[in-house]
Amino acid sequence: MERFEYASPGSRKEAVSLLAGEWGQTEVLAGGTDLVSSMKDRAVTPKRVVSLKKVSDLGGIRNSGKELRIGAMTTLRELIENQHVKRNHPALLESADYIRSEQLRNMGTIGGELLQRPRCWYFRLGYGLLAQDNGKPLVPDGDNRYHAILGNSGPAYFVSPSMMAPILIALGARVELYSAGGTREIALEKLYQTPTLANEREHTLHPNEILTEIIVPHPAKGSHSAVYEVRQKEAMDWPLSAAAVVLEMNGGSVSKAHVVLGHVAPVPWPSPEAEQALEGKAISEETADAAGKAAVSKATPLSMNGYKVQLTRVAVKRALLQAAQGGA
Amino acid sequence: MAETNCKYEWPAAGDRHLIGTRISRIDGPAKASGRAKYTLDVNLPGMLFGKCLRSPYAHVKITAVDTSAAEKMPGVKAVRVIQGPGKEIQWAGDEIVEVAAASEEAAEDAVRAVKVEYQQLPFLVNEADFDKDKSAGRTKPAAELKVGDADKAFADPEVVSYEGEYGIPVMVHCCLEPHGHVVEWVGPQSIRTFSSTQGVSAVPGQFAEALSIPANNVETICRYIGGGFGSKFQMDRWGLSTAQLAKDAKKPVKYLLDRDAELEVAGCRPSGFVKVKVGAKKDGTLVAWQSDCWGTGGPSPSGVLPIPYVLDIPNRTRRHTFILTNIGPARAWRAPNHPQAAALTMTAVDDLAAKLNMDPLQMLMKNADLASENRGKVYKEELQKAAELSEWSKYWHPRGDKASGHIKRGLGVSMHTWGGRGHNSNCQITIQPDGSVTAELGSQDLGTGTRTVIAIVAAETLGLPVEAVTVKIGDSHYPYDGPSGGSTTVGGVSASTRRASVDALQQVLAAVAPGLGVPADQLVAVGGKIQAKGDASKSISWKQACRKLGVKSVQTHGKNPGQCSLGSSGVGGVGVADVSVDTETGQVKINRMVAVQDCGLIIDLKTAESQCYGALIMGVSYGLFEEKLMDNATGRMLNPNMEFYKIAGIGDVGELKVHMMTGPGYDERGVIGLGEPPVISPGAAISNAVANAIGVRVPNLPFTPDKVLAALAKGGMA
Repeated sequence: MERFEYASPGSRKEAVSLLAGEWGQTEVLAGGTDLVSSMKDRAVTPKRVVSLKKVSDLGGIRNSGKELRIGAMTTLRELIENQHVKRNHPALLESADYIRSEQLRNMGTIGGELLQRPRCWYFRLGYGLLAQDNGKPLVPDGDNRYHAILGNSGPAYFVSPSMMAPILIALGARVELYSAGGTREIALEKLYQTPTLANEREHTLHPNEILTEIIVPHPAKGSHSAVYEVRQKEAMDWPLSAAAVVLEMNGGSVSKAHVVLGHVAPVPWPSPEAEQALEGKAISEETADAAGKAAVSKATPLSMNGYKVQLTRVAVKRALLQAAQGGA
Repeated sequence: MAETNCKYEWPAAGDRHLIGTRISRIDGPAKASGRAKYTLDVNLPGMLFGKCLRSPYAHVKITAVDTSAAEKMPGVKAVRVIQGPGKEIQWAGDEIVEVAAASEEAAEDAVRAVKVEYQQLPFLVNEADFDKDKSAGRTKPAAELKVGDADKAFADPEVVSYEGEYGIPVMVHCCLEPHGHVVEWVGPQSIRTFSSTQGVSAVPGQFAEALSIPANNVETICRYIGGGFGSKFQMDRWGLSTAQLAKDAKKPVKYLLDRDAELEVAGCRPSGFVKVKVGAKKDGTLVAWQSDCWGTGGPSPSGVLPIPYVLDIPNRTRRHTFILTNIGPARAWRAPNHPQAAALTMTAVDDLAAKLNMDPLQMLMKNADLASENRGKVYKEELQKAAELSEWSKYWHPRGDKASGHIKRGLGVSMHTWGGRGHNSNCQITIQPDGSVTAELGSQDLGTGTRTVIAIVAAETLGLPVEAVTVKIGDSHYPYDGPSGGSTTVGGVSASTRRASVDALQQVLAAVAPGLGVPADQLVAVGGKIQAKGDASKSISWKQACRKLGVKSVQTHGKNPGQCSLGSSGVGGVGVADVSVDTETGQVKINRMVAVQDCGLIIDLKTAESQCYGALIMGVSYGLFEEKLMDNATGRMLNPNMEFYKIAGIGDVGELKVHMMTGPGYDERGVIGLGEPPVISPGAAISNAVANAIGVRVPNLPFTPDKVLAALAKGGMA
C-alpha cells in the first residue's frame, strides 16, 4: 500500500475539515474491512486516511417511535443484536444475517456496508472503476460473469456491492450527510449514481462529506418484507443476484410494492416494472413469477452473465413468496 | 509380505495396542493454541524483508531493467535482478527483481521504484477451445496409446456406445501458508533456512547446488507447514534470490509470497478437456474407449492424463495434446493427474450406463475386474460399502429426479487408485538410561499426522504409551527422509521407525534378561513393562529396565527400504456424492459425501479418517468452486485472492461419511500411503450426482450456477 497520513479526529466537524475537496486525495475509515484491502490492492491510494472511530456521536440506534435512526458507525454485530431492529425490521436483520463472516460483522459498519467499493475484479486489479486499459473498456470483451445485467450501457459495468442497500431503499430509508456546509438528508436511493467518468464515484457523497445516519421508517401496519440472495457459497460470499421487497397490503392484495434488486447494476436497482406487475394482485406463485419476469424484462446481459437474468427473476419471485408467507 | 520368521514385522491383530486405534494427533494442542511456529512466524534479530517485482504481463520480453532508484531508497539493503534484459517472461506474476529492506513497506516501495521495459508478445491463457489453441500454434501432441482395436470393437452391432465431452479446468493449490523462506548465513559457506516445504531433507541440496556451497552446510527447518498439497518441493527461484539477498545484505532475509503471487505462480493443477467415445455390450461390459484429450499446465507439457482411468478397457485409443499457455507453471496437486482422469472417465462411463438404463454403481461393479493389479475384489467390496453408507438403494434413481418442485436430488459414484509405497526413510531411536525415548527423522508433517504415526509405531514396539515418545522431525540435521509426495511418507517413516524400535528394544531386552532369568527372546515389552512371554510375574518396569543400561544410551538406526517388507503399494477407493440441485438457480448443494478407502495396515485410524474428511472437503471445493480464472483481455489471473478464488466453507460440505477398509485381506499388506487417493473421486462423483439429479450432464467442473443453468437449457429436468 502507498504511504499515507492517518488522522483520527474526535468530532465530525474536525473529520470533514480533514477531507480533501476532490476524490482520490483522502479516504474515510469506518470498519476498514474494505478500505484496507482496497489500499493494499492500490485500487485506492489516498494521501490521508481519516478515521471516524473516535467520533463519538456516529454510533447507536435510536427508535423515535416512527423510525429508526442508525448511526453510520454502528457495527453489523450491533445491528443484528439490536432489539429495535429485531422488533421492527426483520428483513433488515435478515439482510445483515446474510453477511456470513464473523469478522465482517464485528468490524464492518452499516455506513461502510453502504459505501463499500465495487468488487469488480478489474477495478481491484488496478484498472480503475470503469475498468479500462489505456481507454479500452475491459468488461464487454473480458470476463464479465459477475458484472451488470441492467444499467450496463457503459462505461460502468460493475455491480453495486452493498448487501443492505436494496432492502433499506425498499423500506424508504433516508441518509443524513454531514459536511462543513451543514447537514443534508436525502433518500438512500439518491446516494447512488452510475459514474460516467473515471474520476467520479458510484455514490453522490461529496469528497469532503460523511455519511452520519441512516433513517429507516417503520413499515406500515400489515406490510410484508423479505430479502432473497442467490449465492454460490453458503460460507462467506457475495451474492450473484439479490432482491429486496416490501409489500404494503390492502386485505389480501398488494396496494403498493417496493422491489429493489441488488448486484445486477452499478446502483441498487429499483424495479418499477416488477412493482407495477404486483399492484392490486394477491401474491401467488404466478404473480410472483410474473413480477420476477417483469423485473428482468429490460435486462441486457453481457457475453458471460446471461445466467444472472434467470437468477434475478428467481430472486424476485422467491423474495415475494417469502414476504407473503409472513416473510422476515 | 510373504516372508516368514522375519525380524521385522507388524504385530498380529491381537497384539496391537495402539496401531489401528483412534489416536488424536500429538501436535494438535500446539497447533490449536498457536504455540506451533510456522515459517511465516519466524522472525530473526536484524532480519530484512524481501519483496518481489513481478511481471504484470503474461508474455513479454524484458528489454530494460533499472533498479538505480530502488537501490537508493531508505531502508533498502540489497537488490537482485532475477530476470533481466533479454529474458522472455512466460506468465504474469513471474519474478523480475527481488529487494531486501528493513521493513516490508520499504521493500514494497523499492519494488515499485524499479523501472522495467517490456516488449509485448502474443499470449494464450485459456485453452478450453481446442481450435483456438491450434490456430495459436500452441498445441504439442503426446505419444498415442493404442491397445486392442477400438474401431473394430465399436463397429460390433452388439456394442452400444456413447459420445460425450467433459472438462476440468486449471485450479490452484491456495496454500494457507504461502510459499517462502527465511534464510540466514551462519558462516561464510553455511546457511540455515526456515522453509515452508514438503521436503526438509531435499531442500538443502537444492540451495547448496545453486549457491555453490557444501550440502552439509545447509540446514533446513520446517517444524510445521500450512499446506503444500504437492506444490512445495522446490526451494523455488524466490528461495534462491532470498538466500542471495541475505548474503549481499549480510542479514537474514524473510520472503514469503503475498496472496496474489501465491495464487498466480505457486500452484497450478493442469486442466483436461476431452471428447470421448465409450462402448459396452448390452449387459454393461465395457469393451471400447477412444478419447481425444487436451489440457494445459502452463508453458511446458504437463502429464498425460491416464484415461480411461482405473478401468483397463480391452480396446482403447488415447490421444493427448498439451496446450502451451501463459498461465504459470504446473505443480503436482494431490494425486497428480488422477482427479482429472476420474472426472473424464467416470463421467463417460456414467453416461453410458444411463444410455443402457443401468445403475452406474452396478456398472462399475460389473467392470471392476478391468482394474489393474487384480484389484477387482477390493473395488467390489468398496462399492458395496459405499452403497450402504450412501443409502444408494434408497436415494439413487434413473436419470432425472421426477419429484415435483425445483429441488432435484441425485447420487453419483466414482472409483480411483493410487500407489503409495513408502519412500526412503531413516529413523534414529535413542533410549536413555532414564527411560526416555526419542525418534529423530528428517521428515515433515504436512498435517497428515506423520509425527503421531512415528510416535505410535515407536510406542507400540516398546510397549509404551504414545506420550512416552518424543518425536523430532522437521530439521535436515536429523537422518535423511524422503519428501512428502505421492502418499509415500507414512509407509516410509512407519517402516524405518519400526525397524529402529525393534533393534532398540532388543538391546534393552538383552540388558534385563539376566536379571529376570529369562532369555531375551522370551521377553516382550507391553504396558510399560518388560515381561516374560506368558508369565507376567517375571517383569520389570520400563524405567527400571532402562536403568540396567548403566550409563550407555541405546541408539539404533532403522531404514526403509530394509530387511523384511513392512509395506506395499497400490490401493483402490470409492467416492459417492449425494447432491441437491436447484433447477431454477443452478445452485448445487452437497447433502452427503462418502469415502471408502483401503490403505493396507492403518497405524492411526483417526488421522487416517481425517485425511479422508479433508479430501472430501477439498473434493467438494474443486467440484463446486475452484478455478484459476484467466483473462483473455489482460492475460492476468482475475481471482488471485480468497474472495473470488472460492473455496468451500463449513456450510458447503454437507455430511461426510468415511469408511476405512481394514482387517483380513487389508492389514497383511502392511502400511500404504493415503494422503492422495480419497481426493480423486469426489469431482467425478459430484458430476455424476448432478447428472442423476437433473437428467442432463453438466460437462465441465466446477458446477457453478451458470454452467448448471446452461446445461439445463439444453434439456433435463428444468
